[in-house]
This record gives sequence, C-alpha cells and structure tokens, in this order.
Amino acid sequence: MKTFRYERPTDPAAAIALVAGDSGARYLGGGTNLVDLMKLGVETPELLVDVSRLPFGEVEETGGGGLRIGAAVRNSRLATHMLVRERYPALSQALLSGASAQLRNAATIGGNLLQRTRCLYFQDVSKPCNKRRPGSGCPAREGVHRDLAVLGASEHCIATSTSDLAVALAALDATVHLAGPAGTRSLPLTDLHRLPGDAPERDTVLRHGELITAVELPPPPRSARSAYRKVRDRASYAFALASVAAVLNVRDGAVHEVRLAFGGLAAKPWRANGAEEALQGRPATEDSFAAAVRTELTACRPLRDNGYKVALAERLAVAVLAQLAELD
Amino acid sequence: MGTTTAVTMEINAESCALDLDNRTTLLDALREHLGLTGTKKGCDHGQCGACTVLVDGLRMNSCLLLAVALDGAQVTTVEGLSSDAVLHPVQQAFIDHDAFQCGYCTPGQICSAVGAITEAASGWPSAATAQERPVGSVALTEAEIRERMSGNLCRCGAYVNIVSAVAEAAEAAREAGR
Amino acid sequence: MTTLESALGASTARLEGRAKVSGTARYAAEYASEGALYAWPVPAGIARGEVTAVHTDAAMADPAVLVVLTHDNAPRLRPVEDRTLALLQSPHVAHRGQYVALAVATSLEAARAAAAAVLVQYKADHHDVVLTEDHPGLYAPEEIDGLWPGTREHGDFGGAYAAAEIRTDAVYTIPPLHNHPMEPHAATAVWDGDALTVYDSNQGSTAVQHTLAQLFGIDAGQVRVVSEHVGGGFGSKGTPRPNVVLAAMAARAVDRPVKLAVPRNHMPAVVGHRAPTIQRIRIGAGSDGRIRALAHEVVTCTSTVGHFVEPAALPSRMMYTAPNSRTSHRVTRLDIPAPSWMRAPGECPGMFALESAIDELADICGLDPVELRIRNDTEVEPDSGLPFSSRHLVECLQEGARRFGWHERDRRPGIRREGRLLIGSGVASSMYPVIIFPSCAAAHADPDGQYRVRVNATDIGTGARTVLAQIAADALAAPLGRVHISIGSSDLPEAPLAGGSSGTASWGWAVHNACAQVRELVERSGGSVPAGGLSASADTTEDIKSGQEYARCAFGAQFAEVQVDTDTGEVRVRRLTGVFAAGRILNPRTARSQFIGAMTMGLSMALMEASTMDPEFGDHAERDFASYHVAACADLPAIEAHWIGEEDPHLNPMGSKGIGEIGIVGTAAAIANAVHHATGVRVRTLPIRPDALLPHFAHFA
Repeated sequence: MKTFRYERPTDPAAAIALVAGDSGARYLGGGTNLVDLMKLGVETPELLVDVSRLPFGEVEETGGGGLRIGAAVRNSRLATHMLVRERYPALSQALLSGASAQLRNAATIGGNLLQRTRCLYFQDVSKPCNKRRPGSGCPAREGVHRDLAVLGASEHCIATSTSDLAVALAALDATVHLAGPAGTRSLPLTDLHRLPGDAPERDTVLRHGELITAVELPPPPRSARSAYRKVRDRASYAFALASVAAVLNVRDGAVHEVRLAFGGLAAKPWRANGAEEALQGRPATEDSFAAAVRTELTACRPLRDNGYKVALAERLAVAVLAQLAELD
Repeated sequence: MGTTTAVTMEINAESCALDLDNRTTLLDALREHLGLTGTKKGCDHGQCGACTVLVDGLRMNSCLLLAVALDGAQVTTVEGLSSDAVLHPVQQAFIDHDAFQCGYCTPGQICSAVGAITEAASGWPSAATAQERPVGSVALTEAEIRERMSGNLCRCGAYVNIVSAVAEAAEAAREAGR
Repeated sequence: MTTLESALGASTARLEGRAKVSGTARYAAEYASEGALYAWPVPAGIARGEVTAVHTDAAMADPAVLVVLTHDNAPRLRPVEDRTLALLQSPHVAHRGQYVALAVATSLEAARAAAAAVLVQYKADHHDVVLTEDHPGLYAPEEIDGLWPGTREHGDFGGAYAAAEIRTDAVYTIPPLHNHPMEPHAATAVWDGDALTVYDSNQGSTAVQHTLAQLFGIDAGQVRVVSEHVGGGFGSKGTPRPNVVLAAMAARAVDRPVKLAVPRNHMPAVVGHRAPTIQRIRIGAGSDGRIRALAHEVVTCTSTVGHFVEPAALPSRMMYTAPNSRTSHRVTRLDIPAPSWMRAPGECPGMFALESAIDELADICGLDPVELRIRNDTEVEPDSGLPFSSRHLVECLQEGARRFGWHERDRRPGIRREGRLLIGSGVASSMYPVIIFPSCAAAHADPDGQYRVRVNATDIGTGARTVLAQIAADALAAPLGRVHISIGSSDLPEAPLAGGSSGTASWGWAVHNACAQVRELVERSGGSVPAGGLSASADTTEDIKSGQEYARCAFGAQFAEVQVDTDTGEVRVRRLTGVFAAGRILNPRTARSQFIGAMTMGLSMALMEASTMDPEFGDHAERDFASYHVAACADLPAIEAHWIGEEDPHLNPMGSKGIGEIGIVGTAAAIANAVHHATGVRVRTLPIRPDALLPHFAHFA
C-alpha cells in the first residue's frame, strides 16, 4: 500500500472540494472494498477523504411512502430497518446475503454501490488487465473465468459486479442522488454502473469528485411481492454465481406487474427489461416465466467455463418468480 | 499534510493515543503497536474473520479498518472481554464445548459470537430468519447461529462445537436478560 | 492410598484452552522483540526462467526500508535436501510465486510497500504447468516418496478383468487443493552472535532446528526453535518453510530481530499443496459383488524443485480383497509450485476414487453398498499378505448403518423429492495406516510430588499437549494436576513431527516409557523422591520396531445425507455420521474434535474446494479465501463421530492408532455417492458445485 494523506471534513461541500481538486483523491466509506484493493496495490490513492461521518446516515420515509437512504448508512442497519423489511423484503434479503455480518457492519450503502467489479486478474497487479491498465489485455477470456460475466461483456473485460444490494435496488426502481463540484444530480440506479465496452477502467458514470449522497426508493408497488435469491459456491459468505431480485404482482392468474434483475452475470446489475415486457399480461406459469427469461438470456455470450450461468440464471429466475406467484 | 495522523481510541476501556502511519489498520495497530496480539491476522483481506473485534459495539474485521478513520471509536478485543480472573460467558462456553483446535480463529470467533448474540437480541434478522414481521429478538436456533457465524472461517473444522458453544452462551444471555 | 481414575481415556479439556480463548496464547509472529523489523517477500512474476535484474531504488527510497535482499546480496545458505529452501540463492525461477527478493523495514506498512516497489526483470522461458492424462512427461517412478513402490502387480489383472462378469471403468479427477491453515506460516528470528532463536509456526521444530543449522552452517545446539502454539498446518507446516529461513536470513543480514508472516495469497505457491490427480479405476467382479480384479492407476504431477508424489493408489493395496490387482503411479514434472503433504496425502484422494468406484460397482451389481464392502473384507492386507493387527471395518459399517438408519434406504437413485429438492444418502469407507516414528522424552519427579515431562511435540490443534499429559499421568499413576508437560521447543528432547497421524503414538510412547521408568525409580526409592528428584529419559528407536509383522491400519465408515436443489444444482449436506475403529481412544473430547474436524474438511473438499492452475501464468488462480472456498459455518450440518472399542496389543503401550487424518478419508466419496443416490448423476470430478450438476438437470422443469 502506498502512503496517502487522510482528511475527514465535516461538511459535504468541503469533502467534494477536496476530491474534486486532487486527481489522486478518493472517497473512503466503510473501506471494506477500497482498503482491500489498496493492500493489493490495485488502488493507489494519494488522498483519502473520509465521508463515513458526513450527515448521510439516516433512513427517512419520503412523502409518497418511499424511502430515502443516506449513503453513509451501514449495510447491516439498512438490512435490519423495519420499514425495509416490511416494504422491500428483496432489499433486506439481498443485503443479508452479502458478505458477512462483520463486513455488513462496516460497509456503507454508497461504498457498496461503488465497489469495484471483480475478477482474479484485476486483483493481481503482476498480470495484464484492461480495467487496471487500459490496453494491457484481458487474460480472463482465455484464462480463469468461471465466475465472470456472460452478459454485456466486451472483448476488453468480462469482470462481474458483486453488489447484491445493487441487484435489489435495480429491481426496485431506485434512484441515486449525487453531489459533485458542478452541483447535484440524480440517476436511475440502473444507469449508475456501466458496461465495460472499450473503457473497462470506468465502472460507473460518476465524474471525478462526484459523491453518492443518498439512494431513493419509490413506494413499493401495491400488492406486489418481492424476493432476492443468490446462488453461490458455499452456503454463506461468498459472491454470487448468479442472483435474482424480482418484484411480482399477479392478478387473476396473469402477470400484472413484474420487475426482474440479475446479479453475477454482468459488470452491472442486469435489469431484465426484455423479460419483463414479454411477461406483461401473460399467465403466471412456470412455462411463461421460462420463455420470457429465455428471451432475455439470448443475449448471453458465455465463454469456455461460465456457460452454466445461463441455465442457472434461467432456472433461478423461474424458481423465484414461481415462489412469488405461489405456484408451488 | 503528512502521511501520519494522531489517533485516539478507547481500547478495552482504556484511552490510547497513537501517532500512526495512515496505512496502519486497526488490526496492525492492535498487534504491532499495542501488543494486543489476541486479535489474529488470518488473511488480512476481510475474508476469514480471524481479526474480528467490536467497534462501538459492532463486530467488524479489523484488518479492513484504517485506524486513522477510527478516531474516537470504542474498540473491544478478546483481551477486553474477560475481567480479572473471570472469563466472558462466550469464552467459557468455547472451553466447555471444545469449540476450537488450533485456537487461531478463536478470538475472532468469540468476538463475533458476542456481536451475534447482541444483534439477535436486538431483533436483527439474518439470511436464515423467516420473513414474517419480527418481534423483539431473534431466537438463536442452530440455523441462525450457522448463518450468523459464517463470517468466521475455521479450517480445523470446529464449527459443530462452535455452534453448540454459541447456543449455550446465547441461552445464558437470554436467561440473564429476563 | 486412593485409587486413581485413569487419566487415559478421560475427556480432559485442553490444557491451553484458557490461553486460547483469552487471546494470551502466543503464535510465531506474536513474540515482542526489541527493535524487531518486518520482512515482506517478493514473488516471482514468471513461471520459469532467470531473474536478470532487481531494481530496488524505489523500494529503498523510503528511509524505513533497511534492505532488500535478492540473490545478489542475501546471506549464502548451505545446500539441504529440500530445494525449495534454497531461497534467494540463484537467479533461477522454477515456478511463479517463488520468492525472488525480500524487503525489510521498520514497519509492516513500509515492508509491504517496499516489496511492491521492487522491480524484477526476467528472461522468461517457455513453461509447462498443466497436468493432462497423456502428458508427454509422464513416467512411472520406481519408488514414491522414498517409501513405496510406484507400481504393484498381483496375479493377472488383465486376464481376470477381461474374464469378469461385471466390469467398471471410470476416471476420477481432483483439482489442486490448498491446506490453508488459519495461521499463515510465520516466524520471528533473533540472532545472538552465532546463536539463532526462532519462533516458528511448524508441525515439528526438531526438524526445523536441524535444517536451519544445516542451512546456516552452525551446530544444531546453537539453534533454538520455539513453536508453543501453532495455528493449524494440515501438512503444510510439516517441513521448514520459507518463512523461517527468510526471517533468519534477514535477521542475520540486518543484525536485528525480524518477523515474517507469509501473506495469505502467497501461500498456494510457497507452502505446498495437494497435487491434482487423475485416477482411473477398473474393477472386475462376480455378480455377487466379489472383486476379482482391481486396477487403480494414478496420474499426477510434481514440481521441478521437489519430488513429492501424491501416493493415491496406496489405499487400493490395503482395502479390499483383490486377487488380481495393479496399482500404479505416473507422474510428470511441471513448472509449478512444489506439491507436498495435505491431510492424508494419498489416502484422501485415493479413497475418493476407490470408494466412488465401489459405489458404482454396487450399483451395477444391484447390491447394497454396505453389503458389497462387507463381502470384500479381508483379514490380510492384500498387498503385503500380512495379517491385520486389528481390522474392524465391517463393524464400523454395521454400526454406522445402524446409527444412520441406513437400512430404511431405498437403493433406487433420484426418487426422493421434497418440493424442489432431491434427497439421497451415501456411504464410504475410511482408512489410515498406523505410522510411528522414533521419539525421545524425559520425565522428572520432584520431591514435592510434582512431575515434569518434556518432549518436543507440537500441538497444531490436535490436543497433543493434553493427551501427552494424560499418557504421562497414566504411566506415573499420578493425578493429572501434578503432571507439568512441556512441548513446542527444540530445547526439549528430540521428537518427530505432528504428521502422518503419528504424533500421539510416537511422542506418547516415549513419554510413557520415560514416565514408567520414573515411576519405577520412585517405587524403588520406597515411594519418596530424594531432594534432587528422580529423572529418566527414553528413546523409542528400538521399541517401535515391534509389531511390524502385522499390517496396522485404522478403519472407519462414513454416511452422508444430502439435499440437491433441482433449480440451482446446489448441494447441501444434511447429516454426516462417521464410525471409526482406531485402537484405544485416549481422550474422547479431543478425539471427537479430530474426527469431526477432518470430516468437515472432507465436506469442504467434496463440495467447494478447487484451485485452477492458470495455463498462461503458471500459478494457482484462486489464492485467497474469497476465491478458494473452504466450508463456512453455514455449510456444516450436525456431524456425528463415534468409535468402536478396539483392543490391539500390537501398536504401542497406549494401544492407540492415529486419528488426525482418517476423518477426511472417504468423506468426499460418501457425499458424492449420496449425490448420485439423490439425483442419479455420478460426479467423478470434484468439487460438486452447481456447474457440475446443472447440465444433468434439464429434465427437472
């Protein structure tokens, strides 16, 4: 780890000014991803600006029955928040399926969303990686990629997003509020992360100095049920091979409203718009779920060792939707 | 602005003022600066839980916490759990249930269990908790303990005994809380 | 005089328990030394070739950095047999991750940053790192690991196999596996003139002492190795490792104490691993399930710097009647990190293959797999022809079946559903040979009725300290509370390593003999101890030669129940029951923990442990706990371990067999067999993760 300076300003404007004015500056939240990558030499900030104590630590009800979640709220606090558990069970489940209790107690919501995508080559500074060193190459395509992306990858990068939180937020139509040197703006969560394309070094659309201040959830759709399910190599404390967040409202045996997002398949949470469209108004049966999900997954471009993810994602999505539709 | 910072933490109920390299993690501050080697370094990357301590009452991996960011924090390590000659009930339960072999993950397991018992008593759900609206506290069934203790790896494979030790300590804490 | 309850056989709690739960037990990197420095190694970035230049300017720019050792400036070492210890002695790189430099600094942070700042240039040669079953470098070693013939033939396998009514033929594959003890390999080294003290994490400090003496050209008497508490090893700490050699080199170079802990993500390259195996098993049997022909042919790899060969065919020389057999090993040398011991080397991977094949045979014969094993039981070891000193495999199978409720089982695979889950159960046998090494020990009686017992045993978590005190108390006929045992230092009488499940038998025998002599001395002096005390020492070099007219082995049986999610292919073990026959159990409390712990590691091997040799770079890709998964608490069901009483007079004075490894032998096969019973899918390549099963699940809509 390289030496760095540390600042803990007490107001957001000062924090933003500090980072905006220093190209080597990074925000520090809970540090669970950033400090890990600094030890590996993957991240080499010259200045850390600690935002974990800024006044973004509240979960508040919005007027319309939604929630505004401060970016400095710890993952465990959000997961256990009574309103989250009541209104957005998929969000609570996603958070509780992520990492370990210790990491959830330290990690912040903002930091969770901004964790770097994962790939063993990205983490190993002795090897080429287009995300770490643009233009150096991507050994993962031919190398070890069992965990890596099948959707939205490019020839330059096949890393995967590992945030469980982001998958649930994608399905819940969350909005991300940002503050930066040029003022504030808001984005749909699904626009926050970007696919690698030919610039895999950029995980998100944030500009330098921009800070996530809050995540806002619209009120949950009435009568809809939501769930998050994650498949991994061991029963707990592991990244997803594939995960699914779904919101489903069935009326008279037909899909009235559905939202579906996948994790573990791409560099960003994958909102399955195609499957949602295909399901609208269709009978809530396993067959129509499967047909719709298959439509979405035709975009998959699996490599030698990660093709299982396509079948896994399909079966998992059907199982979650069937569970929400109480077909069992 | 330099690359070292003065930090004051309350560690095991004692105020500790240190001038630390900004790179120093809480784990290394404890082990290398304060001689508190009870907290173990298993992976140094938040992937094993051997370094678990309680920060402001919550269990965390001390290897991923920069000490400089913890100015003013209260930290409890395994050394701070027992007072005088009396072991903490979780420590005693680990002996009674033979919940360790090599002992290297043990301080982290114990701090984690102390945190887990508090979290469950506070009604915090886990991935093993049913979705119904919760009441007061979550009973630490074996399934709950297994999930809640999964952030602490034990390569000797003492999990079966760890679960029974935590169950007993949790039950004792429940009784005492009544 | 009151009758003493025998200390042996009692469920005594670990003597160091309080120290371990309160954080006061000290491990190798936790000894405060005035002015100690920190060392951080630099791994090679190529798989084969030469270091052409090491640029240390950037690293040395930090005044906290005292030195960067390289092959140019490192202290010279004398050659030793283990070539992985010739650290920083030449520019040659034999595998990726081999250490090529070492940064030494006043803080851990500075040492790590300095190591990262060292720029090493190489001339890389073409490397060859991937094992295949037809690798052109494969050869059949005459002898493996200096202990066993590589190939054994009995009768006419080919003819008997061809003539058999029923034939099986399948290949079983296990990836490289990593020991990953929770405490990384660490050492603190302190020189005082030519005298060296090291606090080291190892499984046997006598061997570390002698190796360090050889490497540094000093007398063994000048080297003191302290290993009071060791955070697990599972074979990877069975020999001296780079941590202790580099710490001693650095301490010598800077003339100050130096601490070094191997970073977790270096471990797969420098502390050994279980080599991958490709095992073909062919069985020819009658329709009654009796084996007429058995071939177990192992293909594996080793490194260019070591010679260890995973002896995976050995179990087939001992397990079942096989009048016509062939057991063979073929190995190729690759540019990979040196494989080494990992818990039950040979038996563990070998029995996954053999016990899976036996299950397949039972399936074809339409026989219950417990019954099939019983039909193939033998009273003499098939390979040597020696009678077993004791063998209670059948009793273990029967007792396990009873406890598990095996007999209610419907043999048909793939028919038990609970919602979207499929349920199944499986069985496998366990075995581990009796190994005893010579050991010394000393015992001393004090006039005040206290006893001091000294032996350089190592407690890596087995409970060795406790059971040795029990053995001493028993031999002294003294209460345990009056026995003070010292282990874990090379100042103590020489003793072998904690490995091969040999510790308790080897150290215990010496402790027993020394204590029995002291007891006799006390009796001879009329029951009182004179002012100077009474002492005796023992060396079991001659004693352990007895009993060799027998084949000696512990046996067991394991039963697993699994559930398989038909949507996702996730396998969870619901129940695991083991029954073992391992001589006399000396401490049920710590013994149960050994069995359960090893079965846990077996479950981990069955369902998740896997490392990939990266063909392009020549390293194990999964080098941390986030990518190399070991079982977490949530993966573990209720595990039961039981044992049956076994009286065997041909072992050692305590009547014990080793119990540290047998628990991992057979677990993976029991689980794989249960997965087959649940799903009808036979998985022959470990681990059994969702991607292994999903392709077979298309029919579960």
